Amino acid sequence: MLRINRDKCGYCGTCVAVCPEDALELIDAYLSLERDCIACGICARACPLGALEVVHEE
Amino acid sequence: MKNKYDMLVVGGGPAGALAAKTAAEAGNTVCLIEKRPAIGTPIRCAEGIGKECLFEFIQPDPRWISAEIERARLITPNGTSVSLEQENPGNVVGYILDRKIFDRELVWQAAEAGADVFVKTRATAPIMEGGAVRGAKVMATGSPADIRADVVLAADGTEAQFARWAGLDTTVPLREMMSCAQYLLTDIDIDAASTDFYLGNDVAPEGYLWVFPKGDRTANVGIGISGRKSRDGSRAKDYLDRFIAKNFPGGKTIEAIAGGVPVCQPLPCTVADGLMVIGDAARVVDPLTGGGIGNAMYTGKLAAQVASKCISAGDCSKAALMPYDTEWRASRMGKSLERNYRVKEFFITLNDKKLNVLADSVASVGLAEFSVSALIRELIKRNPRMLFELKALKDALQ
Repeated sequence: MLRINRDKCGYCGTCVAVCPEDALELIDAYLSLERDCIACGICARACPLGALEVVHEE
Repeated sequence: MKNKYDMLVVGGGPAGALAAKTAAEAGNTVCLIEKRPAIGTPIRCAEGIGKECLFEFIQPDPRWISAEIERARLITPNGTSVSLEQENPGNVVGYILDRKIFDRELVWQAAEAGADVFVKTRATAPIMEGGAVRGAKVMATGSPADIRADVVLAADGTEAQFARWAGLDTTVPLREMMSCAQYLLTDIDIDAASTDFYLGNDVAPEGYLWVFPKGDRTANVGIGISGRKSRDGSRAKDYLDRFIAKNFPGGKTIEAIAGGVPVCQPLPCTVADGLMVIGDAARVVDPLTGGGIGNAMYTGKLAAQVASKCISAGDCSKAALMPYDTEWRASRMGKSLERNYRVKEFFITLNDKKLNVLADSVASVGLAEFSVSALIRELIKRNPRMLFELKALKDALQ
């Protein structure tokens, strides 16, 4: 699953544009996981601020 | 808000504003929606624009000009500073805008021309009928509504989700997404008439770090690095913080922003049935400089001109809208995007040593014309021993 650190997020939308699944959406100033995330981690790489983290649950 | 317009524009940046203004002036009913509660804020931009790019659309106004630029300096990994100016120094070659005011001015002009404008109103889905876009479902400050239109212009910037929902693939590959961070720093020593670009793989891998003046002792200090170089501990913000600690330790941050700049090639096609894509959403950012304001205004205006004819003729099919796509590709902007993409692909292959050699060779060059192609011609002329490496650059010019 994708963990969004809202204290770090700059609500810039960089993650939205690189998501291959169109799972993320920036609703005004709130980053929202709207559709199924495949935990590929591309958004976490692209984030300029390090606000996203893919967490693999056991 | 009416439920039917000739044109719906999704996004209130420079592309959307120019489109709405142009279409309204041509006598169309136009609706522009912006998902944020205010036009122009928060900005995601270093705010630089070339003089000609700006003059083509609007005359400069001190209310939204933060600084007049006379030169650009490239600072290479070994610290060499290459100053690029016109042959007559002192000429203004570009501007740093105050986008918060500038964007409002553009949208105000669209409104004055007759366009309806709604903020805190976001598109949630295109209205599709028989494969064609016929408007958008929107959420207007919490109330759902349908806005139908003969043609929808997607001007939703980097995120570019509207075109994606309508079936165009706007996803930016990680390596071609510049991951950016910027501070508005004040109380720092800068050259208030110079845009400074810091290059090098330790400074900004596959990108650059910029210092763009916003006044005598204030600047947008920002950085873009390739998404594929971005990792924990070496993200855009980390590089930027290290640079500032070293170069502007006394600077005070009065604004901190982040953003993504797509430096990929433009969308393979920027029209579909009932849909046109403009500005950053169409991926028409200059892949070398990351500049997008001028290209956004150009594509916004052109799209609205073509759309106006199609609306009058009662045909907004993909084929009817295609002249927009064809025309911008053949334009000076289209050619320059193609060339600068190749130039960018060349420069990201250079190690710091080669960057130093190239930069040293053009130190203190006076350019007759302040442009990328003039600089590249000088680089080729002055580095005969790097002929083989520079072949890619030479080819890009043709």
